[in-house]
Amino acid sequence: MALNIEGTIEGSSQLIGGDFTTAGEASTLLKVKLTELGVAEDIIRRAAIATFEAEMNVVIYAAAGWLHYYISPQGIRIRIEDMGPGIADIGLAMQEGYSTAPDWVREMGWGAGMGLPNMKRNSDVFTIDSVVGEGTTVEMVINFP
Amino acid sequence: MTLKEIADILGATFITEPDNPDLHIRSACSSDMMSAVLYYHSPDSLLITGLTQLHVVRTAEIAGIISIVFVMNKRPDERAIELAGQKKIPLLTTPCCMYTASGRLFRAGLPGCSHK
Ligand SMILES: Nc1ncnc2c1ncn2[C@@H]1O[C@H](COP(=O)(O)OP(=O)(O)OP(=O)(O)O)[C@@H](O)[C@H]1O
Ligand SMILES: [Mg+2]
Repeated sequence: MALNIEGTIEGSSQLIGGDFTTAGEASTLLKVKLTELGVAEDIIRRAAIATFEAEMNVVIYAAAGWLHYYISPQGIRIRIEDMGPGIADIGLAMQEGYSTAPDWVREMGWGAGMGLPNMKRNSDVFTIDSVVGEGTTVEMVINFP
Repeated sequence: MTLKEIADILGATFITEPDNPDLHIRSACSSDMMSAVLYYHSPDSLLITGLTQLHVVRTAEIAGIISIVFVMNKRPDERAIELAGQKKIPLLTTPCCMYTASGRLFRAGLPGCSHK
């Protein structure tokens, strides 16, 4: 794998709650960046899926948020923080199939309760912090082989 | 299985003409839930869905899906068609329902997506 990375490459995107038109653009930008850098396809796919799920949760549940990524020769770190309602019971939210998505969100194809499990499954390190009434921060690390 | 063969089996029409009708599809996944699609890791796969929103195309791109078939003669809106054009993801529409579309392709030898 011809990795073309020196130091740490950083990037950020602002996320807007409820904006389904631009939802996914931040994750697509990260995917493009990783492709440019020559990262292996399966690593890119894992990072893109994990980031996209986190981005969609901000769009669906929060008012606004930020995506930050840091790419180093060792791997990718992605932090998604939002100003939203927060999650009261993280253990419950992490369970496959648990969802509070309202009907209109389900009609758009979200609300299977698989987003957080998909993020965890695709990252080597996954942490989630949430304060009810303030917001949620998800941090994911995907190591290069 | 090629895209052209898939279109024949499903009696489907192309919404966007593919650059390459002989594009090779290795597996398929049928779902109306985007996170279920993202659960699979199947590059070069086909998505069979009844959802037509813009983020269906984005989900496909993120998941490594290279073509989308809309069931029940559904058509996505112009923005979705435009994005699919940019991302080079050919779109098809079939009169079949999701069950029939999936069954016909499976019978013809196209396997389901694997999970990793
Ligand atoms: N950023 C967030 N802010 C507030 N609540 C959240 C956030 N992310 C997740 N949740 C809560 O956790 C639940 C589970 O999230 P998860 O992403 O696993 O599933 P989902 O979004 O409901 O469905 P899917 O992701 O499969 O489309 C959500 O229904 C919601 O109640
Ligand atoms: Mg989700």
